Formats: sequence, C-alpha cells, structure tokens
Amino acid sequence: MSYLIKGETADWELVIGLEIHAQVISNSKLFSGSATAFGAAPNSHVSLVDAAMPGMLPVINKHCIEQAVKTGLGLNAQINLHSVFERKNYFYADLPQGYQISQFLHPIVGEGKLVLDMEDGSVREIGIERLHMEQDAGKSIHDKDPRRTFIDLNRAGVCLMEIVSHPEMRSPEEAGAYVRKVRSIVRYLETCDGNMEEGSMRADVNVSVRKVGETDLRTRTETKNVNSVRFMMQAIEYEAQRQVEVWESGGAVDQETRLFDPDSGETRAMRSKEYAHDYRYFPDPDLLPIELTEAFIDAIREQMPELPDQKKKRFMRDLGLSAYDADVLVGERETADYFEVVAQGRDAKAAANWVISNLFGALKAAEKDITSSPVSAEHLGRLLDLIADDTISGRIAKDVFEIMFATGQDPVLIVEEKGLRQITDTGAIEAAVDQAIADNPDQAEEVRQGNAKAIGWFVGQVMQKTQGKANPQAVNKLLRDKLSS
Amino acid sequence: MTHANELTITQARDALSAGDLSATELTQACLDAMAAARDLNAFITETPELALQRAAQSDARIARGESLGGLEGIPVAVKDLFGTQGVLTTAASHILDGFIPRYESTVTENLLNAGSVMTGKTNLDEFAMGSANVTSYYGPVKNPWKRDDGKDRVPGGSSGGSAAAVAAHLSLAAIGTDTGGSIRQPASFCGIVGMKPTYGRCSRWGVVAFASSLDQAGPLTKTVRDAAILLQGMAGHDVKDSTSAPMAVPDFEAAITGDVRGLRVGIPREYQIDGSPAEIDAIWQKGADMFRDAGAEIVDISLPHTKYALPTYYIVAPAEASSNLSRYDGVRYGLRIDGDSLDQMYENTRGEGFGDEVKRRVLIGAYVLSAGYYDAYYVKAQQVRSRIAEDFKTAFQKVDVILTPTAPSTAFAIGEKMDDPIAMYMNDVFTVPASMAGLPCMSVPGGLGDDGLPLGLHLITKPFDEETLFRAGDVLEKQANFTARPNSGGAGR
Repeated sequence: MSYLIKGETADWELVIGLEIHAQVISNSKLFSGSATAFGAAPNSHVSLVDAAMPGMLPVINKHCIEQAVKTGLGLNAQINLHSVFERKNYFYADLPQGYQISQFLHPIVGEGKLVLDMEDGSVREIGIERLHMEQDAGKSIHDKDPRRTFIDLNRAGVCLMEIVSHPEMRSPEEAGAYVRKVRSIVRYLETCDGNMEEGSMRADVNVSVRKVGETDLRTRTETKNVNSVRFMMQAIEYEAQRQVEVWESGGAVDQETRLFDPDSGETRAMRSKEYAHDYRYFPDPDLLPIELTEAFIDAIREQMPELPDQKKKRFMRDLGLSAYDADVLVGERETADYFEVVAQGRDAKAAANWVISNLFGALKAAEKDITSSPVSAEHLGRLLDLIADDTISGRIAKDVFEIMFATGQDPVLIVEEKGLRQITDTGAIEAAVDQAIADNPDQAEEVRQGNAKAIGWFVGQVMQKTQGKANPQAVNKLLRDKLSS
Repeated sequence: MTHANELTITQARDALSAGDLSATELTQACLDAMAAARDLNAFITETPELALQRAAQSDARIARGESLGGLEGIPVAVKDLFGTQGVLTTAASHILDGFIPRYESTVTENLLNAGSVMTGKTNLDEFAMGSANVTSYYGPVKNPWKRDDGKDRVPGGSSGGSAAAVAAHLSLAAIGTDTGGSIRQPASFCGIVGMKPTYGRCSRWGVVAFASSLDQAGPLTKTVRDAAILLQGMAGHDVKDSTSAPMAVPDFEAAITGDVRGLRVGIPREYQIDGSPAEIDAIWQKGADMFRDAGAEIVDISLPHTKYALPTYYIVAPAEASSNLSRYDGVRYGLRIDGDSLDQMYENTRGEGFGDEVKRRVLIGAYVLSAGYYDAYYVKAQQVRSRIAEDFKTAFQKVDVILTPTAPSTAFAIGEKMDDPIAMYMNDVFTVPASMAGLPCMSVPGGLGDDGLPLGLHLITKPFDEETLFRAGDVLEKQANFTARPNSGGAGR
C-alpha cells in the first residue's frame, strides 16, 4: 500500500514522524504533591513548587518513574538505567519556573518498536526513538477578556511522557494506526487514559515530502494542536499537499511550527524559525540523576498485563478467531475483557459475532461505550447459552437482546416472562403445521406441484402462529414430509 | 559584665540556663544595638515584635524546664535570602518587592524548633551575587572595622550584613549562604568565624536559589564553638531537597577537643599566587606555625587544578543562576512593570527589577548555555570541576585538613573595584575551589593586616568531616588569640 501525491513533476511520498505527549496517570504531579485531577476549579491544584515560589525545589514522584518504565516495556523499548532531568529554558506566562524540567540527552527510555496491522492486512513496523519524561505547563486562557490573559496552573507540573517515533510513517492511515496503537497500549498499561479530547494525549506531527526515489529528507514542519486521530490524519493530508505545491511551484518549505485549525481543516504557520528558541538545556542541579536497577525493572515487568498484540495472537491461536475479529476485540482492554467473559466456556466465534455485530451496533446507535453497556457480559453469555441449548432460536435471541439492551434484564428472565421458550414438542408443532396446511389449501397445492419457495411461506405462517417459538428446523421438516407428493 | 549582645552563644547559653539572663533581655540588648547601629545598614528588615514574642516563648519554656537545647533563646540574624513565613524576603533585589512568603525555609524552621530567636533579615548582595555587599538594592553595608583614612570599608559579600551584624555585636550569631565564598570572605573581612558545611548538609528548601549545585547555608559566629552549636541547629536531611544528604548529623560541639596532635595539615603550593601581598603570605605562614606549635604535622601538598577553579566557577554559577532567576518574571509575585505585550512586560520588569551585577551574570549564564557554546563552556567547566574534586580527594589521602588564606586582601573601601568585575571576582580565589568540590570549610580570624583590618585563615576538610574542621578551627582560634575589636558601630561599647 503506498500513499503518493501526484505532482506536475513527480510523485511525492510522505515522511511522517510523531511526538505523542501522554499525560501519566498518577495521583500527584511529577515534582510536587499537588493533585492531578482534571476539571478542578482554576488554580486549585497548585503547590508552592508548581507556582515556582522562590527557593522551592522539585522532588521526584517515584510512581511517575514506574509508569514511564512500564510504558517503555510496553513499547518493546530499551530502559535506560541512567537518565537525567534537564532544564529546558524559555519564558512564558504559564511556565512558572521559566524552564520546563524535561529529559534531553539521557531519556529514561530508548529505542523501541511498534507493529501496526493495517486494514488491508499488511504489517508495518515503526521504530520508536525514545520516551522521555517532562513537566506539563499551565494553561493560558486568552478568550475571557479582550486585553488580558488568565493563567490556570492546575496542569503545571503534571507528568507527561513524550513518545518520539522515527520518521517512518508513509501515509495518514499509518499515522492514525500508530496513534491508536500507542493509545491502546498505554490504556492497557493504565499509564495514560488516552483521552485526546481532554488533552491527556496530544500529538505533534512532523511532516515532510520527497520525490519517490529520493533518499534524503526534505525540510519538515511540525504541526501542533491535533486533538483527535481524525484531525491528525486531516492535518497530514493538508500539510503534505501544501508542501508538494510549495516544492512544485519552485519554492521551499520553511522549517516551522504550524497550528491545525479543525474548523477549516488547514494548518497555518505559528512561529517561524526567526523566533526559534534556544532552550539552553542543562542538567537540573536540583535533582539527582535517576539510577534504576535491573531488579526495579524486573518487578515492573512482572506486573505487566497481557498487551493487545499478545492478546490478539492468543485469540487467534486458542479461540480460532479471524485476524479481523481479534483485532477489533483487543483494541480496547475493556472490550477484550468483556469478550473474554462472554466467550468463557462457550463458542468463541459465536461470542465474537454477537459482541462485534450486535452489541457494538447497538452501543454505537445508543452512543454508549462498552463500559456503559446496559447488557452485561454475563447476561450476553447466558443469551448465547439459551441459543446453544435450543431454548430459543437465533431469531428470538435478537428480540431478547433488544429487550436486554433496553432494560438491562437477564435473558433467562425475559424468556420465561415473555414465554419465548422454543416449542420443541413435535405434537404441538405438528398441530400448527396441519392447521396451516388446512387453512391454505391453494398454497399447499403449489408446494406439492413443486414450488419449493412456497415452503418458506408456510414456515413463516407456522412461526407466526407459534409467535416464533417453534423450532424452525422441526417446522421445515414436518412441512416437507406432509407436502411431499 | 559585658552587655548581653556582646556574649557568645556559649556564654549566653550558660547564662540563660543559670537564670542569670532572660531570653527577652538578651534579645532586647540585640534589638537596641541594631537600632543604634542602623548606619551600618546591616539589616534590610528588623523584626523586633516577632523577636520579643519568640524570646518570651523561650523564657516560658526555660521556666517550665522545657528548654529546646543549645540555641534556646539565642538571637540569630538571618540573611535575607532565607524565606521566612510572614516576613518580607527580598534577596536584596528590587524584583522581590513586597514578597512575603507563606513558608519558612527548612534551615530557619530548624532554628526555630531549636528555640532560637530571629532578630531580623540581614542585608546581602543582590541574589547573593557579589563579594562586597555593594550590589544590594537596599544599599551597601558598612564594615564595622574602620581604618585611619576614615573611608567606610566593605564587609565582604555576599553575606555582608550577617558578618557586619555579628562583628558589631548586633546579634550573637547570624546565618548566611555560601556559593563561592559568601560566608567565609565576609567573615575574614569582619574578623569573625564563618563556616560553609558540606554541600548537602543543610537543606536548600526555601532559600532563594543563586547557583543550586553550590549554594549552602552556614553559620557566622564569634567563635568556632558557636559555629558548631549553630550548625547543629541548622543541619539535617530534608526530603524536600533531593540534594540534601540522607545522613545523621554528628554532635559537632563534642568534636571540639582542643587537641590537634598528629593532625596532618596540608599547605597547597598552588595557593601561592603571583602578586599576592606579603601580609597574606605572612598570615598563612603564621597559621602553619600555630598548627605546628599545637602538635600538628605540616605537609606540603599540590592541588594542580586550582588555577582553573575561579574561571570554572564563573561559568557554572552564572549558568545555574540565569535559569534559577527566570522565575522572577513579574507574573506571580514581586515587582511587575506593565508593558504592551507579555515580552514587553518581561523586559520592563526584569530590566528594572535586576541590578547590573545580576544582569551581568544572567547574561554570562545564558551565553555559556547557548547553542554552539554549551560544550566549550558549560560541559568543559563540569569536567574541570570533576578534576578539582579529584585533586582534593587525592590530597586528603595525605592530610586531614587543608590550610589556606581566606581572602587575598583585607576589606577594601566601598566603591573600590566597582568598575572592574574581574578584580571583584578575584576576592573568591581562595574560597571557590572548596565550593566547587562541595567540601566543608571555615574562615577563622588569624590576625590583622598591615592596615589594622582583620584577615582570616581558611580550613578545608573531607566531605562530611565537619568534626575535624571544628576541632582544627578551635585550636587555630585559640592559638591566634584574636582579641582585636572593631572600632565603630555597635551599641553598648
């Protein structure tokens, strides 16, 4: 699969690298005891350290280190035993210290790789350059007052992981798949909630283009402010097209930071290189280097949950699921967990079908997600049991499911209360069949003349008479016996 | 009897526990002396009400037999670099106008918990950047020592207010901070004891930062024993400072035995600098003689990278300072001079808020950290710093303590060296190497220079070996028998 932009002079390919900023799940900030909860009143989670009062010192939050190591392991990456916090110096009103404590020369996590299963069945491997830890800045609010800017420091000092990919993605789809994969992994690990709308996961997108066959990289731009996978893919498409037009018209792409505007779907220059910061990185003298031991890393490794790739393989190998079904089910940990409860001791393929076709469809229509599903995994499993032991037919099961979705009730209860149990008593079915034949002599004659289609019509009649409870196979067989000439 | 403010901590401790003196009387004596000596400009903020309130609490504890220890009821002046809850904290800078912290620095909190009484916040060089206490926004401090030429002398810096306050008996003791010599050099200029403990011995939490990898709090006192007692109340591991040492604090006063027989005292040949005045060589020689007389062994040693210490210091310290001072931006506290844009506000605020010396160091620091220069300056400086530390490590295999002069001169007149930053920076030439290595060190009055002004002797020991430092310093102090008194300032004379 190759994604190329046709220009006047050549075909152009995309070179995409991503920097994902993932907010670490932790009760307190990276270097202070302040709470990290989202949505609190402005400036209510701000300690003396966060506000950079004179003489305040950062103290590292060990839990954040564990979270970063865990994420590194989840990204199949090298964990560095020695890493260093450095100061990235720049002035901004929502950066109280006048520097961001980050990692630069010695990040906590080094080279790793992610495997992407593309929709067309191809597999892409994307290299990860590094993961480093850093403090988030506060928030500047410009739209409350025409002249003034308000500052909210609740976010200042919250721990972020910056996950930097190699520039190895070649299409918006690959970039999309990469972000979804990273999101899936951090959510499995519970190191980041992956919520892009609330900004707890954000991506900066580095894009350049080059003519097919070129080996050197051309100038790239960095686009910020993409807060969904869809926007990111739009931004890449727009930016690549723009760059091709610049090159084709004899111009040159400027190395610059651009901002994505979700309303127009366009990117625009934010800061040009004349204003490029010299961040004057140097090791933070207030903090000692982080020295990890193998034992510390091993202890974290032992607590690692099964990750999506492993789970997918297991679903395919042990449960016989198709690659597509397995992929859909492992994307979210909650979905996979739900599916496993449904499939436990049952036909896994049938369970996968019900979860993917029926449940997902209903959830989507109701704008709910798996965690708020009115149908519990236990109940769905019981519904499958009712089908498997012929208590109800597959058709009735769909009706039962609808009731379950609307009421949250146990399917066993619904079947009993509504009297939906399948009629397996051949006597009762035979009576209904005889009745139907007697009531419709013309149609019966048609069947006898060899119109096989009319059998279906008789089945429908019998099912209607029995409110769908007759076993359709039994009805079919009786009709054939009785109407065979 | 002498006036109470002229007592040492040791004497006052005895008088307080014997009931011969109350903490309130002692504090009042200091407050009176401060009021009478405002001409010295040693204090930026006096805190008489707070001091008397704490003295009364101290007296109540003593009366109940619940004395908190050696510092109970002892007045201590605090360099205005320590954050003090509810008390203006300025770092002697315009940019911290009106800043009253809601927190107490760990060191001053420790002192409070040990029962001491803060009498006020002492003057200093702006953000502790200076060697003469002439860069303070609140004006220069005058050294209580005068010469016959009648010119006011500098007290040294940056802890000039603390040193002047102790020398003029405005306080029994004071605390300061030392980054490259800021306690020891003013102690030398003012004829008192000034001690910088090992980096990490005292918490830096709540102390306005100058150069984080060098800053260390320490005592300025009338005697070596007083320094041991005061440091005892200041030191200790603090989980709020990642660079504070997770080590128990030994009994410093108990280390003072009066016996240095067999102690190996190193004399580093590289401290013999070209053009050094004869009086400096003389006092240094006198120090060695005094140790020999007391039974110590004098050993010639070499610290080969000494000459690189000062230039290296003037890369590392400004680099850290340029970043540490970024937080003073007019946004959240202190001075703000409005502008048409955020950048304009920054420029106005920092332009007016910082003095020339601070600006000079911020510029130097930003320069040495900037792209293209970082490796040549900052990285190189850190490498040299490691060599300097190795020099000391090697030397301490042969000796227990190193003896050098504290400063290359006696106190100079206010206004001198103002137009020559390099000459000013040379003040720290003997004190900076130990700072770069994070070692404990102390200046003890050694005698008077040709001009009748005090000169200190400088001792350095191994990391966390403050005990040897106090033991050696005490013997040197007794041998020197420095009894000269400043000829100006101070009440009750």
